[in-house]
Amino acid sequence: MKLGIPREVHDNEHRVAATPASVRKLIALGHEVAVERGAGMAAQFADGAYEQAGATLVDTPQSLYARSECLLKVRAPGHHPQYGVDEADWLPEGGHLLAYLWPAQHPELLQTLAGRGVTAFAIDSLPRISRAQPMDALSSMANIAGYRAVIEAAQHFGRFFTGQVTAAGKVPPATVLVIGAGVAGLAAIGTARSLGAVVRAFDTRPEVREQVASLGADFLAVNMAEESSGGGGYGKAMSDEFIRQERALFLAQARQVDIIITTAQIPGKPAPTLITTEMVEAMQPGSVIVDLAAERGGNCELTQPGAVVVHHGVTVVGYTDLPSRMATVASELYATNLLNLVAALTPEKDGQFQINLDDEVIRGVTVTHRGRITWPPPDRPPPDRPTPPPAPPTPGPEEPLPGAQQQPAAPARKHLGRALLVLLAAAALIGVGAYAPPSFLAHFTVFVLACFIGWQVVWKVTPALHTPLMSVTNAISGIIVIGAMLHLARSDSALITVMSFVAVLIASINLAGGFRVTQRMLNMFRK
Amino acid sequence: MYSGLVTVAYVTASILFILSLGGLAHQETARRGNLYGIAGIVIAMAATLFHLGRSNVTATVVAIVLGALAGLIIAQKVVMTQMPQLVAMLHSFVGLAAVLVGFAGYLEPLVATAGAEHTIKLVEVYLGIFIGAVTFTGSVVACGKLHGSLTSKPVMLPGRHWLNLGILLLILVLGAFFLATASTALGVTLLIVMTLLALLLGVHLILAIGGADMPVVVSMLNSYSGWSAAAIGFLLQNDLLIVTGALVGSSGAILSYIMCKAMNRSFVRVILGGFGQSAPNASAATERPIQETSAAQVSEELLSAQSVIITPGYGMAVAQAQNAVSEICALLRDKGVPVRFAIHPVAGRLPGHMNVLLAEARVPYDIVFEMAEINADFAQTDVVLVIGANDTVNPSAAEDPHSPIAGMPVLEVWKARRVVILKRGLAAGYSGVENPLFHKDNARMLFGDARDMTEQLLAHLKV
Repeated sequence: MKLGIPREVHDNEHRVAATPASVRKLIALGHEVAVERGAGMAAQFADGAYEQAGATLVDTPQSLYARSECLLKVRAPGHHPQYGVDEADWLPEGGHLLAYLWPAQHPELLQTLAGRGVTAFAIDSLPRISRAQPMDALSSMANIAGYRAVIEAAQHFGRFFTGQVTAAGKVPPATVLVIGAGVAGLAAIGTARSLGAVVRAFDTRPEVREQVASLGADFLAVNMAEESSGGGGYGKAMSDEFIRQERALFLAQARQVDIIITTAQIPGKPAPTLITTEMVEAMQPGSVIVDLAAERGGNCELTQPGAVVVHHGVTVVGYTDLPSRMATVASELYATNLLNLVAALTPEKDGQFQINLDDEVIRGVTVTHRGRITWPPPDRPPPDRPTPPPAPPTPGPEEPLPGAQQQPAAPARKHLGRALLVLLAAAALIGVGAYAPPSFLAHFTVFVLACFIGWQVVWKVTPALHTPLMSVTNAISGIIVIGAMLHLARSDSALITVMSFVAVLIASINLAGGFRVTQRMLNMFRK
Repeated sequence: MYSGLVTVAYVTASILFILSLGGLAHQETARRGNLYGIAGIVIAMAATLFHLGRSNVTATVVAIVLGALAGLIIAQKVVMTQMPQLVAMLHSFVGLAAVLVGFAGYLEPLVATAGAEHTIKLVEVYLGIFIGAVTFTGSVVACGKLHGSLTSKPVMLPGRHWLNLGILLLILVLGAFFLATASTALGVTLLIVMTLLALLLGVHLILAIGGADMPVVVSMLNSYSGWSAAAIGFLLQNDLLIVTGALVGSSGAILSYIMCKAMNRSFVRVILGGFGQSAPNASAATERPIQETSAAQVSEELLSAQSVIITPGYGMAVAQAQNAVSEICALLRDKGVPVRFAIHPVAGRLPGHMNVLLAEARVPYDIVFEMAEINADFAQTDVVLVIGANDTVNPSAAEDPHSPIAGMPVLEVWKARRVVILKRGLAAGYSGVENPLFHKDNARMLFGDARDMTEQLLAHLKV
């Protein structure tokens, strides 16, 4: 497959879809890679480095699009300012495209792509399951955005993050409130904490409390039970009463904190308004709000997407290009995400795409295929629950796989086995009781009781001491020496004497050795 | 009066043995438990000697002293990594002693019997010798395998199940003749033939079982040695032997059961042997490349971690890396990095093998956790060091329902932020199943001998 990496032309987009390192690995998968001259310049990747990695450099975007069978991009195809055409018009008929496409927001783009027979993979439509994590560009970018949000806040904040006691007086630490503890929120919490700030975090999903705490932030909660996980790791819209309480909480917090970072988004909807003008005005002058949801309308009423505004002395940062502001690392992570997706599409490493729509990950990202729109993908069960093993319709022959033995097909057989065992035991007991002489029965009683005592006692042994248990029971089983001693003492023939002498000897080895070695082992166990 | 005193002594010894096993419930009481055991055996032997009077007492004492000396010397010399072999070897002694006592009991019965009692006695002789003989050769083979003088791979003859079944049937038939005959000469001949068959069975059974199933085998042999002692106890009508044999027998049985559970395999399947021979299935994970790391990088990661868990396996024992591992642990703890150990129930070749090695290397036991205690914590762990473990950390047991080890409980190391695997190469584990862990995104391989690597790591940590 001939892969093409064009230069991104969207305003303020400094990222690039492949780095020299990822190009090298793409080539190792059997692909050819062509890169538009200057594609990586804004992210500090020189043309020469791409060439060294084995890519062909192409001068113009037209020729790059014309020669490529699959385009790897960051932004969805759009208006090219230099040539005045839509990039989508350059896409080869029947080609492939891999980029952020946001199919829910851009149905017309899907129409165009399907019309040109383009197979389009939207990296943003990846199902959020563990297996897809290496390709999860949304998380990679959210992580960067969270970090950068703190850096932007620090840039506009006139004080230290960390508290300091200096010769010139004491400086209190900054207090940061992070709303929404998703990937970006957690990254922001971590970054703010490592700069020394006091961090509080709010999320409607109580299950993230632990993650928040693990990063050293305080978790704020609304005292109301409401199920709020919307699936796929996003929140969902909440009830009026909940929102009323939530706003009261935010207003109270706004009076106390220096910096608010908001990250709340609901899939397919504009971002919820969480920070009202009233709350902004309640903040101390010099405070900063960074709104990571700016692109989707913003969590703050005053947010202006792409801009910084100051209201009542409070700076509201509404940048929508935070990952692009860290273009080098953002490109590295994004390129690796794309590489992992390409690797999944090239299972044979022969440079041939295999679009296996039965694969949940590939099905999820494929939004147009063979002239049809294939988005949204059909519903799947929630991924975190393990799918129950399919029960065979009829009790077939014994499954040859060793792993199959614990499957629920067996209970009938198990019950039968258990019943047989009980019957056998009962029969044996009746047999013994009816025919065995009383002397035997006395010993038999002792034997059975001893088995039960052993059962009770041994279960209590801590697993760490299983080896000493074994060596001590082994030593004790040397008790057979008693039998050997009795025989030795009463033997009439040389043969028996020799035999029982040897028996006493080796049983004694066992006794002394077993106890000694147990003692040695136990002496080693200490706190 | 004498026999009354002896009985009381035997009861005391039985109670001491029970207390001895009970003492092992906790590390704090374990040493006392062992002392109880010693006290029990000393009381039992003293009472027996006392009871015997003067006949052959010299020979008895000589045998005991010689044996005890030999035992002490062996136990003193053995290094902790050889513990599995030693335990297996000691089992074989019990087996052999049971065979000898069984023959003696047949040739020169201590208790005169007639009628049904006689038949029962014959059954006891036969059973005692049979179990003893299987235990004897089985333990010798297990010892050889654990010591490395025999191949630890399962040795499988064609039609081995039929062979085993044939031997068993033959032994049953011989048993019927043995019970029927009144002639001692014929009886002895039958017993000898049966013993030879049982010896063969012991060899053949254990040869077919692979190295990593040894925890089950050793505990099973432990159990057998107990049952053979109990059978001899019935033969001699001696309650002390019966009680002790039953205690040991059930202890071994429980251990085998625990080990089987830990491998998600039925006892019968382990005993039938031959595991690890299924063709390794091509795993989907191999498409992802593995990522190597260096000791320097790992030491940095360890030092900056908030929590570290070390997961040792048989490889650590083989490479004798436990001391370096212990030092790494101590060093990290000094620097304020909390370190814990996670032990899989079947790690190593003996139940509790890893615990003993770590204890020997002076790792405090209160930071050594078993799987159930620590498995949930991996997700909150920064760095996991996997040292010479493979199948016990294989995610396909949990994730791939078609894997041969599917459903086996494993340590979920892959949930940690970083997993570093110290390993000699990429070879599949004992089960022959490929390990997708090595291809995981958060996994890094540190190739090399576990001991060299841990020592390198230690050197880097010390700078």
